[in-house]
Amino acid sequence: MTDAIRGIGVSPGAAVGPVVQVRPPVRPPDSEPAAADPAAEHVRVKAVFESVAVTLEERASGADETAQQILTATALIARDKGLQKAIGKHLAAGKGPATAVTAAVEEYAAQFEALGGYFAERVTDLKDVRNRAVARLLGKADPGVPDFDVPSVIVAHDLAPAETATLNPSMVRAIVTEAGGRTSHTAILAAQMGIPAVVQFAGATTIPAGTVVAVDGDSGEVTLNPSEDYQRELVGKRERRRSALAGSAGPGRTRDGHPIALLANIGGVDDAVSAAAQDLEGVGLFRTEFVFLSRDSAPTLAEQTEIYTKVFEPFGTRRVVVRTLDAGADKPLAFADLGPEENPALGKRGLRLSALRPDLLDTQLEALGAAAKVTRAEVKVMAPMVATPEEAAWFARRVRENGLPSVGVMIEVPGAALLAKQVLAEVDFGSLGTNDLAQYTMAADRMEGELSDLLDPWQPAVLKVIGHACDGAKVAGKPMGVCGEAGGDPLLALVLAGLGVGSLSMAPSKVGIVRFSLSLHDLATCHGMATAALDARTAADAREAVIAMAHEDLTALL
Amino acid sequence: MATRTVTIASSVGLHARPASLFVQAVNATGLDVEIGRAGEDAIDATSILGVMALGAKHGEEVILTAEGDGAEEALDSLVELLSRDLDAE
Repeated sequence: MTDAIRGIGVSPGAAVGPVVQVRPPVRPPDSEPAAADPAAEHVRVKAVFESVAVTLEERASGADETAQQILTATALIARDKGLQKAIGKHLAAGKGPATAVTAAVEEYAAQFEALGGYFAERVTDLKDVRNRAVARLLGKADPGVPDFDVPSVIVAHDLAPAETATLNPSMVRAIVTEAGGRTSHTAILAAQMGIPAVVQFAGATTIPAGTVVAVDGDSGEVTLNPSEDYQRELVGKRERRRSALAGSAGPGRTRDGHPIALLANIGGVDDAVSAAAQDLEGVGLFRTEFVFLSRDSAPTLAEQTEIYTKVFEPFGTRRVVVRTLDAGADKPLAFADLGPEENPALGKRGLRLSALRPDLLDTQLEALGAAAKVTRAEVKVMAPMVATPEEAAWFARRVRENGLPSVGVMIEVPGAALLAKQVLAEVDFGSLGTNDLAQYTMAADRMEGELSDLLDPWQPAVLKVIGHACDGAKVAGKPMGVCGEAGGDPLLALVLAGLGVGSLSMAPSKVGIVRFSLSLHDLATCHGMATAALDARTAADAREAVIAMAHEDLTALL
Repeated sequence: MATRTVTIASSVGLHARPASLFVQAVNATGLDVEIGRAGEDAIDATSILGVMALGAKHGEEVILTAEGDGAEEALDSLVELLSRDLDAE
């Protein structure tokens, strides 16, 4: 029997496979009864922690060096005498075993969180030990991704960035989550790895492990126990898509030859190498955070120069747009901790952090300048979270002082979008970060999966802000691009082209369908679609209006 | 009781990898080793959580103590370990 429900498709493609359920952490029962004999119970608790330590050491022996160090240190935590002493006290005070473990870990976690920086990061390891120990004390399996040996569909309430990043892409057919949103880390990483993904799928965690499901990462449809016919249909669609896309190649152009550059979003050297091998015109967003995060001290000029050189090299003479460090309260740096903030998304992040720590920005710009000199790539540098023309001017001066010829700003703050003419007068180009622009325009937290509808880039209000920014760019005579996830939607790409966007940057796996879509429509049709979308009442209406005007060869693939 | 004073050489201080390596070395001695700052209560050096919570920074002096057979030699090797930049290795 076939049973289809719909979530939100966030990474295109279709796949069929058995479900592997990522197990959620087990909570100790409310008012867990005290142990009859606390001393004897403590012996049992210690044995459980020892078994956790052994498991971690076993995993360490098969892991790469970095993971090995982390797992070995985590095993030490599982064997920690101080922790055992604290657990013993809680047991003696009349707490049940799982409750005693949770309370003791909480004490250490609070202490580490108060220390901030590196210590706060170790809380994750501490909680990993707790989650395993509590599960085992209650006779349950360890939480997290279980071991599996056939390519499968990974299903979870939500995946932590670390869990997504450690998945082996060749073993993962698709990802389905109950929570998460269009711009959640799961969505971005899945698209980057070319794995179909659906988020906001109600009831995902209740699907029994091993159930065969069909996942359509475009429509967001997930079908349990798909019939042979449906599997054939899905495969047929995948094939139609493949053959349609195979026929289109080269630079992005509308049907009447208007150029729209097709670029990749990348986040590291591996991404650069794989993106450069594909048919695309360069990089529209190189996120440099990986160079800085999970380090205890600032990376040196030499280290950064080497990394940037490795990223630029594979692209030959193609363009690479670099976004300078975008960290802050929600992505804290151990060596530039500005303290906790009430509203990290509205706090000292992006260029604001650079203004407070110009030494970090200066070293990065110097390294980018040095790497640009020894490679042939057309390097452009842009700043995140720019709100005013003064900030744009401040950044532009520093970039040009480092001999970098092209400087731009991200347009992701509505204030900067509304003042685009004045902001862009200070620089050479603008790039719309549609994920944050939607978050700030609709006052909806990107990390809040339940607010996905508000964060939909099809929201006419968001499109209006984008349109206004494009108009400002036109008056200032500066090019405007898009580097948010919106650029990878083959329908929305047409609207953006119609609004005056000249380049689209996206996960490389989305370039093919966007190129195909552009090639089917002339610029006048794109203008018409933009007008219709801006005039719509709701996000769904906007999309419907554009679909009605789209070429049937495109809509047949959606 | 054997005692040594040593300056933390690791650029990141006594946490992360250095703390993990130090605690593993302490465990290997099989002795009761304590670590602390002058004038403060010492803590059990076999506890990684305790060592990390001490928060000893680069350039800071800490005092190591140990008792039992081979305590002097054991502390000498631990002093040697802490005098290196463990994070850079």
